[in-house]
Amino acid sequence: MAFGDRLEKLDRRWIFLVVALLVLIPLLWPLQLPLAVSGPAKRYYDAIEAVPEGSIVVLAGDYDPASAPELVPMTRSSVTHLFRKNVRIIALQLWEGGPPLVDAILHEVGDEMGKVYGVDYVNLGYKSGREAVMPSFGNSFSRTFPNDYGGKPVSSFPLMRQADNFGATALFVNISAGYPGTKEWVQQVQGRFQVRMVSGSTPVQAPEIYPYLQAGQVLGLLGGMAGAAEYEKSIGVPGPATKGMDAQSSAHLFVVFLILLGNAIYFSRRRAQQGRA
Amino acid sequence: MIPVVLTAIVGLLVIVSFFVPHGAIAEPAQILQDWAIIIVASGYVLGAANVYKVNGEAAVKMQKDWLYKYVLLGSMTAMIVVGFFFSGGTEFLNEGSPFKWAYDYLYVPMQATMFSLLAFFIASAAFRAFRIRTVDAALLAIAALIVMVGRVPIGKLLTDSLPEVIQLPTMANWLLEWPQNAAKRGIAIGAGLGVMATGLRIILGIERSHMREEA
Amino acid sequence: MSISTDFGVWVAAALTLFIFSFLYKDNPLYKFAEHLFVGVSAGYIVVQQFWQVLWPNLLQPATTAGTPHQWKYFVGGALCVLLFTRLFPAASWLSRYTIAALIGTFAGLKVTGFAQAEVVEQVRATMVPLWINGDPVSSLNHLILVVGVITTLVFFFFSKEHKGAIGATARLGIWYLMVSFGAAYGFTVMSRISLLIGRFMFLLDDWLGIARF
Repeated sequence: MAFGDRLEKLDRRWIFLVVALLVLIPLLWPLQLPLAVSGPAKRYYDAIEAVPEGSIVVLAGDYDPASAPELVPMTRSSVTHLFRKNVRIIALQLWEGGPPLVDAILHEVGDEMGKVYGVDYVNLGYKSGREAVMPSFGNSFSRTFPNDYGGKPVSSFPLMRQADNFGATALFVNISAGYPGTKEWVQQVQGRFQVRMVSGSTPVQAPEIYPYLQAGQVLGLLGGMAGAAEYEKSIGVPGPATKGMDAQSSAHLFVVFLILLGNAIYFSRRRAQQGRA
Repeated sequence: MIPVVLTAIVGLLVIVSFFVPHGAIAEPAQILQDWAIIIVASGYVLGAANVYKVNGEAAVKMQKDWLYKYVLLGSMTAMIVVGFFFSGGTEFLNEGSPFKWAYDYLYVPMQATMFSLLAFFIASAAFRAFRIRTVDAALLAIAALIVMVGRVPIGKLLTDSLPEVIQLPTMANWLLEWPQNAAKRGIAIGAGLGVMATGLRIILGIERSHMREEA
Repeated sequence: MSISTDFGVWVAAALTLFIFSFLYKDNPLYKFAEHLFVGVSAGYIVVQQFWQVLWPNLLQPATTAGTPHQWKYFVGGALCVLLFTRLFPAASWLSRYTIAALIGTFAGLKVTGFAQAEVVEQVRATMVPLWINGDPVSSLNHLILVVGVITTLVFFFFSKEHKGAIGATARLGIWYLMVSFGAAYGFTVMSRISLLIGRFMFLLDDWLGIARF
């Protein structure tokens, strides 16, 4: 059998093994490749940097553990950046699997930076209903979320007595894995309540947010682990996203190689068949 | 007939509430949204009841993988019992609760790992199925290659010595902000018009497939 | 840095490896983890829907004396109960009222949301100057944007056959679409690889303790 034929019939488990090694090795022995900050990520950073000190910001973490490697670093960096500016955060989640992830970040970063729950930040928790939650929430935070993540009435928190709708907030930060997420927030809330908004997105969703970015509906965009790494660099706190970029680079190069190799074999076989004919 | 009329009234009320903030319109629309939130939650519970029904039947009738169905039903029941009775009620997700333990060490790793399998399959598919047979496919491939390499640090390293305008990160960002953006916007406008048309068809009762009973 | 002594971490690591074993071939360990995952997820969602939605937004206000406008919680509760008639074929027609209210609400929200954000705003943002004095690069980018939006929309217009001028315009639209699909593919690869990186970080850091992330 020709070499090309043998390659084409290669057991895919060899490919799996190479992928695993190309991800594993850079994680153990980092190359520390230099990272450039893209335009949309810089705009995300600038939008948060422009929030006045002491303002109130809403943060919606709409994701679950499947997207955690990309979106948890974005959330952590956003919370760190906001708390650094003494901005107060009201958080909510619309994905079932995500609330404990976001809650953990709020408490970890909050404790590190001396923030007080109920005064500096409140986690409203999860609500089902997808788009139906959004305008309802925009009209009244407390009506949609009568209790917080831990079941306590939101009226008991000083922060919630100062903000009950988007009119009292300076920015809306949406970290989103898909539906419901940034697109739905733009459709239901951004235009209706004239909300300044930024988005951190999975790479699958990020291309669809570019039209909103160019239209000014979204002020900044982080796309995937690369976006998260760029934002970590912008705030000067390298984290897991930065450390994952070497593995991301090697795996991407391998996929590019596979595409080129597969097509090289295909074209050489086609030429051989045409030659025989 | 009544459900169709109900859909029309509710839909029109919600649409009008977008334009009319007066309480007489806004409050009923808000109540409908409040109901939608709890109805969707009930839908999830209904789905869980269906999971019991479907998998219970398969387990009892000893259909394919019936033993694993007992694992499914047992774990589901255990989560529900622990979550309702042994995890502090509304504080069920607080640190230290048994339910939170199950979330951290069962739900999170399994969900994350299930999705991470896709990394292997996408690499395999890139080799076995990605074929550049036409000009269109070539355009797709070129865009994919530019974005894949340009959006990661290796892209900057490989082309750092070139003029900035032809460095891979610059090309990737330009591609995303302009031609890709244009196509996505065309799709968005087209989809927007389509959703508006379908929504109005539903509200006006022309589209009634959601009212059909299951066979 | 040392290997974890936390029982939960070992359980998580074992389940992770059970699922990864599918890459070699389908096996009982993977099947066990797969079914366990479905059961745990379904149970998690039921509990969460009750304590974080049904309790605070329905049951608690409905059963608390003095709640303003308590009637709406009773009506909402009734709609939820009607939904459950879908489990009983003879009575499932009653669920249509609930579905009608739900579909009507979502249809109304979708129509206005899409009209405003996807049509009006996107068309407005496409009306950009095609020539900016002293800035040929931006001018070219704007031209690329406008041509791309128009040709893509022409491609999706199927009421007229794609021949002649319309055919050529639609062809250009297809090229724009191919570029966007290529970008989407590239981003999808990034997304999947990131998920794998996350799992390996867990195994190396939280479980084996041989790296710090």
